[in-house]
Amino acid sequence: MEKFKSFDSTVMPLNIENIDTDQIIPARFLKATTRDGFGDNLFRDWRYDSDNKLIGEFELNRIKNNSKILLAGRNFGCGSSREHAAWAIYDYGFKVVISSFFADIFKNNALNNGLLVIKLEDKVVDRIFKKVSDEENTLFHVDLESQIFNSLNGEIYEKFDINEYNKTCLINGYDNIDYLLSQKDKILNFEKKYEK
Amino acid sequence: MSKTIFDKVWEKHIVDKIPNGPCILYIDKHLIHEVTSPQAFASLNKKNLKVLRPEKTIATADHNVPTIDQHLPIKEALSRNQVDTLTKNCSDHDIKLFGLGHKYQGIVHVIGPELGITQPGMTIVCGDSHTSTHGAFGSIAFGIGTSEVEMVLTTQCLLQNKPKTMRIEINGKLEDGVYSKDIILYIISKISASGGTGYFVEYAGTAIRSLSMEARMTICNMSIEMGARGGIIAPDQITFDYLEGREFAPRGDKFKSAIKEWKKLKSDSDAKYDKVLKFDASDIEPMITYGTNPGMGIKLTDYIPELSLNTSKESYNKSLEYMGLSVGESLLNKKIDYVFIGSCTNSRIEDLRIASNLIKGKKKADHVNAWVIPGSKSVEKVAVKEGLDKVFRNAGFEFRQPGCSACLAMNEDKIPDQKYCVSTSNRNFEGRQGPGARTFLASPATAAAAAINGFISDIRHN
Repeated sequence: MEKFKSFDSTVMPLNIENIDTDQIIPARFLKATTRDGFGDNLFRDWRYDSDNKLIGEFELNRIKNNSKILLAGRNFGCGSSREHAAWAIYDYGFKVVISSFFADIFKNNALNNGLLVIKLEDKVVDRIFKKVSDEENTLFHVDLESQIFNSLNGEIYEKFDINEYNKTCLINGYDNIDYLLSQKDKILNFEKKYEK
Repeated sequence: MSKTIFDKVWEKHIVDKIPNGPCILYIDKHLIHEVTSPQAFASLNKKNLKVLRPEKTIATADHNVPTIDQHLPIKEALSRNQVDTLTKNCSDHDIKLFGLGHKYQGIVHVIGPELGITQPGMTIVCGDSHTSTHGAFGSIAFGIGTSEVEMVLTTQCLLQNKPKTMRIEINGKLEDGVYSKDIILYIISKISASGGTGYFVEYAGTAIRSLSMEARMTICNMSIEMGARGGIIAPDQITFDYLEGREFAPRGDKFKSAIKEWKKLKSDSDAKYDKVLKFDASDIEPMITYGTNPGMGIKLTDYIPELSLNTSKESYNKSLEYMGLSVGESLLNKKIDYVFIGSCTNSRIEDLRIASNLIKGKKKADHVNAWVIPGSKSVEKVAVKEGLDKVFRNAGFEFRQPGCSACLAMNEDKIPDQKYCVSTSNRNFEGRQGPGARTFLASPATAAAAAINGFISDIRHN
């Protein structure tokens, strides 16, 4: 997993609630056996029409701001457990997703791939949407070490929560598999007692 | 201290707790399929790691398989590659595979229970959100991502934060013509598609107790559609009777001693939950969804409301526009194009019996395409033995072979653009059943009636 570093970026606003993983990456694009290239089909049916032509008004096509931060309405990532959703978002170039509410499985999948999910209050998310809608190119800063998300002009300044374990993993690029493998003795001991 | 059934099963599986972090949770049964496992094996192989407990993982091919001519090679190259990759991975790592052509092949959440792999008190995971189905047996069962599949393969453990607990009680007697699918669609319509997020839900109450195991599975299956990580129902005599004699269930004295343990799996009467909701069974009627998330559901006799819970007007309108519907409209008598009876929610033998009973001796409407996809080879076998396949075929339905099929439309089974489908599956998301497809979620009874009439109707007055 790549180490998560602080950065400045614009925000890509997607002001829709209940964005499910079938919208993020439709099932027909899940036929690969590798983790690469899913970004091409991120939000496929919102980005392209049935003739594979770009849909101009969709935010990802309309706003050209090279954003690394995706801002979405509440209950983001609901539905299927497909990790391909997190892969697609990361592969497209996003490093952070902000919403007021995330589906549980999506949140785990994101963190397991170095994609930071930031949960902020509804009213804060609304303020960010408003700010970005007024000025598309507003720059924001994400600092995981101090758990701060702010606009460079200081209008928005928010502390966000993340548990220490996940934070350490993201900053150092550790993954859960390495951690679990390091605990193998504990697991084997547990099995001995458990299977009696 | 008094505990919920969830607490009891959870605590029994804790290997360790990381300070300010998640728990290491031991997993008893791991189910895998062709779509969410290949990347996990690839990573394992790259790191030269072994599967720690191959006997605790069981595989099947379901998401991406054709539902006709399963004896022939899969035509579509990518799908074929995925299924072949699963076969190779299982063979390389000594994992039991119920692949295409095997007598136990089927939808992963149908075969686990029917083979007795799913048992009370277990932790069960699978790279599929509808793993919640298995909670109907009093197990902690939930869906995981591919990185987590890799964790279970290599360490038989997961890192998990303990979810909050919610109790949903349904008391009273269900009206005739109301099925477990209606109960769960009703609950989700009351609390929205995100009302259960962060929680593990225990279903209780006299109406739940009265249900068969298959009906309970339908309810637990759709726990994820309200955002809950899983659903759980304390096991009882109905559970034990269901399990007795199944292929992988304990037998003889082992079964007797297992029952003794399983009987302890219930919430203490004064157990504390983070949230408790109670509903009256007599308020539940046949349900149908009208929008693009499962929380957008109404009683068949109701009208499309002005707004649904936890949704902005913009998102709500976008959803109705996608569905080609308007506020104030009734769905009764709405003409439909397709009927899909299948999926891990409603493709078990009882579902097929309910549907076939309603259509016996009748013909589907000419303009409707109706598909029945049994959940597994075992379901298919019983259906054929009971002559249900003939009932469906005589009525003009296609009776196909097991798989996930048009629930997620990964294979060729897709509902065309803008066509209306009454589906017994679990998700009505935009494009879920095919690009542009418009899904109405309902019970197998409502779906069967729609196929015969050609429009949505209330089976209580059919």
